[in-house]
This record gives sequence, structure tokens and C-alpha cells, in this order.
Amino acid sequence: MFKGFIRLQSHCRGAISVCKVCPRHQHFRGLRKYSSALTERKRFYQDVSISQGEGGLYEVNLDRRKLKTPSGTLFTVPNEALAIAVATEWDAQKDTIKFYTMHLTTLCNTALDNPTQRNKDQMISAALKFLETDTVCYRVDEPPGLVELQKNEWDPVLHWIENRYNVTIGSSSSILGPEIPEETKDTFRQHLSSYTLWSLTGLEFVIAQLKSLVLSLGMIDRHLSVEQAVLLSRLEEEFQIQHWGNVEWAHDYDMYELRARTAAGALFVHLSSESSTIKQKLMQD
Amino acid sequence: MASLSSPLRVCRGILKELRAIQGASYKQSLAYNYVMDQFRKNKVTGERYCRAQQEAHHASLTYLCLLASTRNHLALHTLYHSKGERSTEQAAGLVGLRLPSQPGGKGWEE
Repeated sequence: MFKGFIRLQSHCRGAISVCKVCPRHQHFRGLRKYSSALTERKRFYQDVSISQGEGGLYEVNLDRRKLKTPSGTLFTVPNEALAIAVATEWDAQKDTIKFYTMHLTTLCNTALDNPTQRNKDQMISAALKFLETDTVCYRVDEPPGLVELQKNEWDPVLHWIENRYNVTIGSSSSILGPEIPEETKDTFRQHLSSYTLWSLTGLEFVIAQLKSLVLSLGMIDRHLSVEQAVLLSRLEEEFQIQHWGNVEWAHDYDMYELRARTAAGALFVHLSSESSTIKQKLMQD
Repeated sequence: MASLSSPLRVCRGILKELRAIQGASYKQSLAYNYVMDQFRKNKVTGERYCRAQQEAHHASLTYLCLLASTRNHLALHTLYHSKGERSTEQAAGLVGLRLPSQPGGKGWEE
């Protein structure tokens, strides 16, 4: 069905103007909602460019058509850097569009459409929920090698975040995890409320990837690089790899995917909170 | 943060990735111009503590990681996971087995 339509579309492109294709387009967009992220479509455009639209928001253009989100609203991002990064993702697609490699586009779509219809408070609560089961707070009792590795690698990050935010988190090897005081959560809640909806979307994505609020904040506060954060998040797996060997199609595959997703999330947080600093500078001048 | 590689190396790393994405004409791309522009703008003295530069450096490292990891992930994906599932025969072959042939061998019906 999709293939048939794309063929029709490319066949028509020369003959009729873009507007005339639009009714078909609407129909198609309705269908696209149900296609999964793993679906690949043929690359139907040649040039990718960006332009600045109303309100100073940036848009991405595929040939002469404007990029839209899955729900059909116009795709707009707050600054040039993000627009260029998204445009580069679209430009990087060779014959087929592989949506599962376009993490920044996906994040922008999520922020624009907000498919789960949540507000900031709900997103902050969801992010804080990870603190109760944070990767770096759960320790093992055996084997001794892993116990020591977790202590050596995770304790410094934990101490860093406790000093940075002046909170108590702690670690535990009990199945219930450490007891995290309410004040700690309040401090983080207050800190996260300064984030915009966009940066929260990115942060929540990063936390879900790393399974850790501590590592995510460590990376976003520039204490850790993406590679370090991913390594710490996969510490037990890395330990097992050292014992049993590395399997490229599983371990490396997972690691690169995790790195790509984490980097995309971190960059998204950085770029979507950047616009406000630029505005401040302009006002000062 | 001391372990960060120098901005020049990161810059070259990003350009290499852009070239892998866009081919020989990568110098005309939006990303190329933007990246070069940013690296030139943030080329401040390294003597002073400069928060903006550190921020830009961290962001550039993150972007490099994004580009490189996406490329590597896609390469592994096409190598191992893009062909769908193996046939029963291939799956058996993986563990050194062969599927049973027809009882009595070929042309048994006769």
C-alpha cells in the first residue's frame, strides 16, 4: 500500500504541483500513525534545507515541502543548531528513510506532539520515579570482583551528585534499595522545574536509556561524557563481557544504540535550553 | 573533564562523520558551515576558565558521539539484523545440525 503510493507520488511530482498532491497527503498521514518506527520508507526527496518561519522558529524543508510531525502539525524547532542537526539526519538517509536512526527528529516530534499529553509536573514525577530504582544505587553482594568494580566506579559519581545538589541518596544491596529522603526528591523536583517542556522530554529520554537519574544529571551537568555515562550504566554487562567474551551482534550493537540514543537526548537537552541564553545575550547588547 | 580530547580533534572527528554521511560535497552542507562557524567562534584563549567554551566543547563531543554511534549501530544493524529471520535450515546449520531429509531418500514415492 505504502509502496504503491510512493510510486504514484514520485510519478506525479513532475506533472502536478505540490498543492494538488495535498489531499492524498492528508489521507496518507492518517495511515502513518500506525506505522512503527521500524518501517522504512523510500527517500522521496533530494534536498534538505532549513528556513526561519513565523515567530523566529526554524522549519525543515524536504525539497519544497515542509516537514511535519506524525500528528500533522508543522515541524518547528526553537533554534538553528537543532534545525541543522535534524536536517542532517534527514540528509543522512540514503535510499530508505530509517526512522530508528533519527533520534533527534524523534525527540522533536515527541516534544511537539506530546503524544502522552502530560504536563511538566507529571514528567518531573516520572523522571524522579527512576531515582527510587536508580542503577547506581543498587549494588550486588557477589561476586567480589563486581562488588569492588561497582564501588570504585559508581561511588565517585554518587558522591559528586550528593555534593553538587547537597542531597543524600546512598546505595544499598538490599532488594528494596536505599531509603531516599523526601528532601532529596524535593531538591530535584525544584531543580527540574526550571527545565522547559522540551528539555524535560530530552532528560526523561536519557534517564530511560541509562536507567539512572544520577548518571543522566551527571552527563547533562557535564561531569560525565556520553561514553562514560553509557559505560557506567552498563557496568555489570561490561564485567560479564570481560569474563565471557564480547559478542559483536549483541553487545556492541546494544552499546552503540545506547550511546546514540543517550547522546541524542543529551544534545537535545543542551540545544533546547540554549535558546533562552541566546535571547539574554541579545537583550544585553 | 580532564580526559576530554582537544577541540581540534573533535572538530575533525565531526567533519569526518559529516563526510561519511554526505560524501564529497559535504563542504556545501548546512552542518559543515555551522560546525566550522561554531568552532571558530569558540576559539578563545585556553588560559582562562571559560564556561561557554566548555559547554560548547561538551556539546561538540556529544554530537560527535551521536554521529559515530549512529553510523556504527547502523553498520552492525545491516550486517546482522537487517535480513530478517534465518530459514530453518540456516538456523540448524548454526549449531552444526542438518534438517532430516525425506525418509527413504529422494524419489521414495516410487
